[in-house]
This record gives sequence, structure tokens and C-alpha cells, in this order.
Amino acid sequence: MKISVQREDFDLGAEVRSIARNPKIGAVASFIGLVRDVSEGAAVGAMTLEHYPGMTEKALQAIVEEATGRWQLLDCTVIHRYGELKPTDQIVLVVVASAHRGDAFAACEFLMDYLKTRAPFWKKERTPEGERWVEARAADDQAAERWTPPAQRPVAR
Amino acid sequence: MRVRVLYFAAVREQVGTGAEEIEVPVGVSTVAGLRDHLRARGGAWQQALAEGRLLRMALNQDMVPQSAAIKAGDEVAFFPPVTGG
Repeated sequence: MKISVQREDFDLGAEVRSIARNPKIGAVASFIGLVRDVSEGAAVGAMTLEHYPGMTEKALQAIVEEATGRWQLLDCTVIHRYGELKPTDQIVLVVVASAHRGDAFAACEFLMDYLKTRAPFWKKERTPEGERWVEARAADDQAAERWTPPAQRPVAR
Repeated sequence: MRVRVLYFAAVREQVGTGAEEIEVPVGVSTVAGLRDHLRARGGAWQQALAEGRLLRMALNQDMVPQSAAIKAGDEVAFFPPVTGG
């Protein structure tokens, strides 16, 4: 398991290669979040990502542990960047490895949904009208809420 | 008792500081109580920590409900709902 909160960019290929060395792995699912050039109808020239050092790593660790308890995961990588980012820049990477695709797909989506509502990051966008903090979206809370507790979850395979 | 208080994002900008050590008066024993105490400073504090404002709170780097109890040496953070990913 690898968790990294960093300024630097990341390389999906390198991360997948470093995870896929275990011959028990039959499926690797990944997600990359990118900076878009438009938000709520306004052009975005750049954004700054602020985070809570210490808590961020702790929260990501807890989210990964939660996923590990729900699905059969063989490995997992979460990288989230902070600092100044521009449209097309990569923001976040989640890579999940499992024996079969069902667990890998589900855990990857779960990790992103939980990360969006539980990891202490905040985006501030630069638009032609000035800087503004991104508002949290109700849709993100709803996406996180659909992951019912493990006991109620149908077997994902 | 003394606690460390942290502020992030829009809350940090509004109150004009990211961190401070404060002496909490006797009677303040929860995160909600600390929020009330800080809000009583008035001005930007009144606005940033306004009663109706949806804020998240963390105690020793775990998100907690406002009812969470605080003790000497704790780290308490106030911030807007998160927007990472």
C-alpha cells in the first residue's frame, strides 16, 4: 500500500508497473483526476490545492484501510497533489490491484468517493473575476453515501 | 487548559491566521464550546465561525462531531467541507 501527498507530478505507468509485480494480481483498476479549464461556467486559469499536513495522510490511510476491509485487495496506491496546478495537470491517482476485476473496480470507485468527502483538501480557483474557493458538492456526499456498510453489501464478484 | 487551534482554506483567510495556541476558559469542554468561545471574539471570527455556517471540525486530525470533548494539549481544526480529488 502506498499513500503519498506531494507537490510533484506522478506517472500512472510507473505506479502500475511497481504494483503489478505480484503474480497473484489479475486486475489493476486506476483513476486519475485532472484540472479542468472551466468550473461553474467560469474559465479557470489555475488552481491552488491546500491541505492539512498530517491529517491528510491519516485520512487517506483510514480510507485505504476501509477499502481493504471491504474488498480483496492485493495492493493499492493513492497519490494526491497539492500546491499550484493548471488545467490538464493531474491532481489525484488511485490504483487498486486485486485477483479479479470486480474488487478492483469497486474499490477504486469507493476510494475516490470517500477521498472526495473525507480527505482534507481544498481547491481555490483562479478565474477572470478573481480567486474563489470551490464549494463542496452535494453530489459528492451522495456518491460517498451509496457505499453501504459491509454487512449490507451484496458480494461484489 | 491550552489547546492548539488550526484553520484552513476560506476559514483561515477570513480569520487571518492558520494556527494559534490558546488558553481555553473553564467551562469550555467540547469542540462546539471552543467554536462558541472563538466566535465571541466578534468581527471576522463571528463571521468565519457563524452558527449557521456548515463547517467541518477535526480533533487530533480526525473529523469529529461538534459534541466531541476536548482536553489540554489537543489539536482542533476548523475548515469548510473538503473539495479535493
